[in-house]
Amino acid sequence: MAAAKPTAWRRLIDWIDARYPLTSTWEQHVSKYYAPKNFNFWYYFGSLALLVLVVQLVTGIFLTMHYKPDVNLAFASVEYIMRDVEWGWLIRYMHSTGASLFFVVVYLHMFRGLMYGSYRGPRELLWIIGVVIFVALMAEAFMGYLLPWGNMSYWGAQVIISLFDALPVIGPGLAEWIRGDFVVSDATLNRFFALHVIAVPLVLVLLVFIHIVALHKVGSNNPDGIEIKAKKNAKGIPLDGIPFHPYYTVKDLVGATVFLIIGAAIVFFAPEMGGWFLEHDNFVPANILQTPTEIKPLWYFTPFYSILRATTEQMVAWVLTPLVVFMTLLTVFSVRTGRSRLIALVIGMLFLVGFATIEAKVWGVVLMGLSIGLLFLLPWLDRAPVKSVRYRGWMFKTALTLFAIAFVLLGYLGTQPASGINVILAQLGAVVYFLFFLLMPWYTTFDKTRPVPERVTWK
Amino acid sequence: MSDEAMNPQRRRLLMLTTGLGVVGAAFAATPFVKSMLPSARARAAGAPVEVDISRLEPGQLLTVEWRGKPVWILRRTPEMLQTLSAVEPMLADPKSAVADQQPKYAQNPTRSIKPEILVLVGLCTHLGCSPDKRLEPGAASGLGADWPGGFFCPCHGSKFDLAGRVYRNVPAPTNMVVPPHAYISDTRILIGEDQKETA
Repeated sequence: MAAAKPTAWRRLIDWIDARYPLTSTWEQHVSKYYAPKNFNFWYYFGSLALLVLVVQLVTGIFLTMHYKPDVNLAFASVEYIMRDVEWGWLIRYMHSTGASLFFVVVYLHMFRGLMYGSYRGPRELLWIIGVVIFVALMAEAFMGYLLPWGNMSYWGAQVIISLFDALPVIGPGLAEWIRGDFVVSDATLNRFFALHVIAVPLVLVLLVFIHIVALHKVGSNNPDGIEIKAKKNAKGIPLDGIPFHPYYTVKDLVGATVFLIIGAAIVFFAPEMGGWFLEHDNFVPANILQTPTEIKPLWYFTPFYSILRATTEQMVAWVLTPLVVFMTLLTVFSVRTGRSRLIALVIGMLFLVGFATIEAKVWGVVLMGLSIGLLFLLPWLDRAPVKSVRYRGWMFKTALTLFAIAFVLLGYLGTQPASGINVILAQLGAVVYFLFFLLMPWYTTFDKTRPVPERVTWK
Repeated sequence: MSDEAMNPQRRRLLMLTTGLGVVGAAFAATPFVKSMLPSARARAAGAPVEVDISRLEPGQLLTVEWRGKPVWILRRTPEMLQTLSAVEPMLADPKSAVADQQPKYAQNPTRSIKPEILVLVGLCTHLGCSPDKRLEPGAASGLGADWPGGFFCPCHGSKFDLAGRVYRNVPAPTNMVVPPHAYISDTRILIGEDQKETA
């Protein structure tokens, strides 16, 4: 029998393919994108982050239909959404819960990267794009938090914008430029609205797009941290790879279902999460004469906020100064070339001179910036011959555990008053946080690793 | 793409055009960047505020708004004034040496024009929170039995005395700001305008 007449559907696809790379794009990124077959629980969070992004974009669009970015109307318009707009409460709670869950998912996604060495070559750029997404996400969340114009919105923005004020020379002018006024005001609210609903979401979507393009160029890492592209069959397909669709689309659907059940439970039964997702002080309109008694950012910023608060004068004098001296000496004795030694010495000296001449407040801001900035250097700080924690020795496992504990501890302390033992604990946590990065070149060099398997292990 | 050698003249023109394009882009960006600075309306909004303090009792604190900031007016009792010299060893800048934090006429032991009347911008010099008024001395303040009375910032734990002077070893680097202010009469203060140098 001669070739059957192509179906109408087939002809439509052919018509499109002649004008747009539809089938080839679908195959390259979905149906013939080969991912390692040993993905585990931790690999849900990438697709979940994408899901939350979509939820935030959609609920956000509908919120802007009723919200008013004006200091006299903003708070009331949010209450109007909650009480009078049909289903407004649901859309707003989905958006506020989505914000917190976005960070839950992203933190777990990043921790997965730390555990399995997903930041190591050839995925350095993939990791860096990811960290940029994280920074953009923090900016997005911070600006969104001002919009309800509650008292915590107002004072939170006041404190965070004052961080820029602390920078020498350019600080005050920069803070005024960000606020558009001498204090947080209508101008600030209006521009934060513009940035929150247009500018940063556009950037986020674009960054997520290039994050996925970069991922599909280098291929996914896996819990064994070995390259599946090293072993291919005659057709050039990785022996340990399976097509993303249908295998992982179906797997991710299960993850999405469980995630949505949890999300719905929060939205319907505990949207405030006892003050963790929506702070009690934000149910009062902004009052420029009265700071809330206990000012704190939402939970996802508290680890970094803790580092900011922990940087007191004593911390700089008695902890940071010896730490910089130690790190400089260690580096000078470890590196081989004279030029590297000189660079290490100069950087160390710059810090020491800075500690002596610039006030602790500025160093708090610098350390908070560094706590995120160091993530960018991670691919080059790690010197281990293996990627995955499964084949690493006790040193890396201990360091990663301590880092995770320090991160959670800092996060908790950031929600508590900064007094007494809490300050000491936060300072300890900050030191552990930084040592995880700063000492990494040494403990990953001396760590005893186990040989990695030829092929991925999976049951 | 041709296999011919690069034409240096055209390459120069290309570089020149690109360079001019960058300069043009910088000029075009300027209005957008500058549109985010405080507007003429925001700059003009800093008018002085007049306050009547005739009914302010000793030990009482009045909060008014000036340039979008809280300004405190505290009529200090004789006991409160006595604490000012007692706490000096615990302060970072007891002599108010940092000149930007107060006008010249308030650079004195009480940081005020009249000893009992303190006028202060109620914002912490750390990150701009508004400190709590913990005027009562002793344990009732929640800051320990030896607390002499003053202000406590809940955000990051900075402490100030009853003249807005900062304690040592707290995050805030400087004393709280005394705004420019002047007495129009015995009981009326104008906040935002300097006191004329008349005795």
